[in-house]
Amino acid sequence: MDLITILQVLDATVRLSVPLLLACLAGLFSERAGIFDIGLEGKMLVSAFMSAAVAAVTGSVWVGLLAGIGASLVLAGIHGLASITFRGNQLISGVAINFLASGMTVLMAQSWFQQGGRTPSLRGAARFNDINLPYVDQLKDVPVIGPIYADLISGHTILVYVALACVPLTWWALYRTRFGLRLRAVGENPAAVDTAGVSVIGMRFAAVAICGVLSGIAGAYLSTGLQAGFIKDMTAGRGYIALAALIFSKWRPWYALMATFLFGFLQALALRPDLLEKVLFVKVQVQLLDALPYILTVVILAGFVGKAIPPRAGGEPYVKER
Amino acid sequence: MTLFQKFLGATAALALTAGAVAAEPAIIFDLGGKFDKSFNESAFNGAQRWAQETGGTFAETELQSDAQREQALRRFAEAGDNPIVMAGFSFATPLGDIAGDYPDTKFVIIDAVVDAPNVRSVVFSEHEGSYLVGMLAAMASKTGTVGFVGGMDIPLIRKFGCGYAQGVLAVNPDAKIIANMTGTTPAAWNDPVKGSELTLAQISQGADVVYAAAGGTGVGVLQTAADKGILSIGVDSNQNYLHPGQVLTSMVKHVDNAVYDAFKAGTDLTTGVNVMGVANGGVGYALDDNNASLITDEMKAKVDEAAAKIADGTIKVHDYTTDETCPGLTF
Repeated sequence: MDLITILQVLDATVRLSVPLLLACLAGLFSERAGIFDIGLEGKMLVSAFMSAAVAAVTGSVWVGLLAGIGASLVLAGIHGLASITFRGNQLISGVAINFLASGMTVLMAQSWFQQGGRTPSLRGAARFNDINLPYVDQLKDVPVIGPIYADLISGHTILVYVALACVPLTWWALYRTRFGLRLRAVGENPAAVDTAGVSVIGMRFAAVAICGVLSGIAGAYLSTGLQAGFIKDMTAGRGYIALAALIFSKWRPWYALMATFLFGFLQALALRPDLLEKVLFVKVQVQLLDALPYILTVVILAGFVGKAIPPRAGGEPYVKER
Repeated sequence: MTLFQKFLGATAALALTAGAVAAEPAIIFDLGGKFDKSFNESAFNGAQRWAQETGGTFAETELQSDAQREQALRRFAEAGDNPIVMAGFSFATPLGDIAGDYPDTKFVIIDAVVDAPNVRSVVFSEHEGSYLVGMLAAMASKTGTVGFVGGMDIPLIRKFGCGYAQGVLAVNPDAKIIANMTGTTPAAWNDPVKGSELTLAQISQGADVVYAAAGGTGVGVLQTAADKGILSIGVDSNQNYLHPGQVLTSMVKHVDNAVYDAFKAGTDLTTGVNVMGVANGGVGYALDDNNASLITDEMKAKVDEAAAKIADGTIKVHDYTTDETCPGLTF
């Protein structure tokens, strides 16, 4: 296997990992505050639709991105209302959001564009185009480093770099700020936070809102970064893989980066069965690679590799007085 | 007679007359949805054409989940709709279960064979149509490497891939064919992101024409092919217009004709297996203004010659589903 081929696989890894990473970080904020979120898939889907639809109408992908985040925030608000304010079951609310998104997006797309539940193809400024980092042309011819810089590090859409920047930001926000300490505490022991005079409801809504913004970016990346338009159910289960990655990473930001890139790498490998055959000298079933993220998560959950302990107050609505 | 009984009687009478009045044809679309710009939409267009020509009306429904198949079938049959057309191979099992319960209703299933006296099974010779676009792909390819992206890994899709490979090899025996399937679950029909990535992976292996037989996933394939400046081939309905000048052709499956014929025949529909191939205009390749510049006269002459030979039986295209093997391509 030569360097170019390796770079192509890694390049695909980056593209496939980024939506998982954003969704995983979104879930991380929400679950760290004690709100389980099955609805990542639905929020990504609604944002994928809204960003593509608004970008198609306005011709500006940035307006589209904002609209996508807005739509995702609306669903996050519904989830918050159901599970924080009305103390409903968080899993059921999340599942309901997925169904709502799956049906609503197609319905709205059909009545808006009459193109069979999809948006028109985006062109030019209506989609995120690849950006070249500085000095690409000068560095291109340097052996080894040149191609790595030009093909792998440079040449992605801006959202890829945003997603990667979100990892240290999340770490800093969670572990180095007062907000982060309170957020984590709300997920572990909300009564203690309440005693300290901090609003549990407020903290949880803030976490759910951050989750909405991040999954909004993830959805917009799918439809306006990777693709040029929305297609029904185009998230294709990525929200669930992100949840698996969240468990795999034990609810920690840097591990989330590693887990999503591992899952993305497995997906990228599944695209090139010929390479695997060349390296391993056996024919590996593509289906096995597709299933590996789930198998790995089950292994982690079963306690073979360390222990995945979810936030203690996760899934439980906070009741001040009984 | 109590008031309750009167109501009951009236309701029963109403139900009976309603059933008698509605002897209109019905069509059930598959999970892809009525406007999928592909298979289901083609079926819908056939129904629309019938409605416009005859001024008749038809009942229709779009499924949301697999569990609704039998329910939808029974509802239409009990409402007295006749004939009932189903677009999609997934109806084979539920139709097999219920066809005997409604002996007076005629059913038409597209893309699968159900052996019952009141069922017409319409199957397409996709391998023949794919053979033709495969020839075009091989003639248009400069690198001698072409790609195939399938949707869900089922025998039907392998049939597409297998016919395509035979067409490619007929023109260029040294050609390399890269075949990938998107997945093994129905989600594989709606994953354009993975379709794009598969296309990129095939481009990096040298492919410069990619044939997508993958429903909504194909939209991603065609998009990436257009972005990267290679040619793509659409499927089921004419998709040349999606990227004018960058879609080489489309393997057209005239599902609309099958639906139109069924609706037109109405209750006098003949049952049995109905094969739509190159010979009777069931499948073919699309040529219009959008791809006229890509298909040279020489290419067209060669493909039309092959089509004539397939029609008269001189060329036999191997059908993957008959023995689950394929000459020229391993999956």
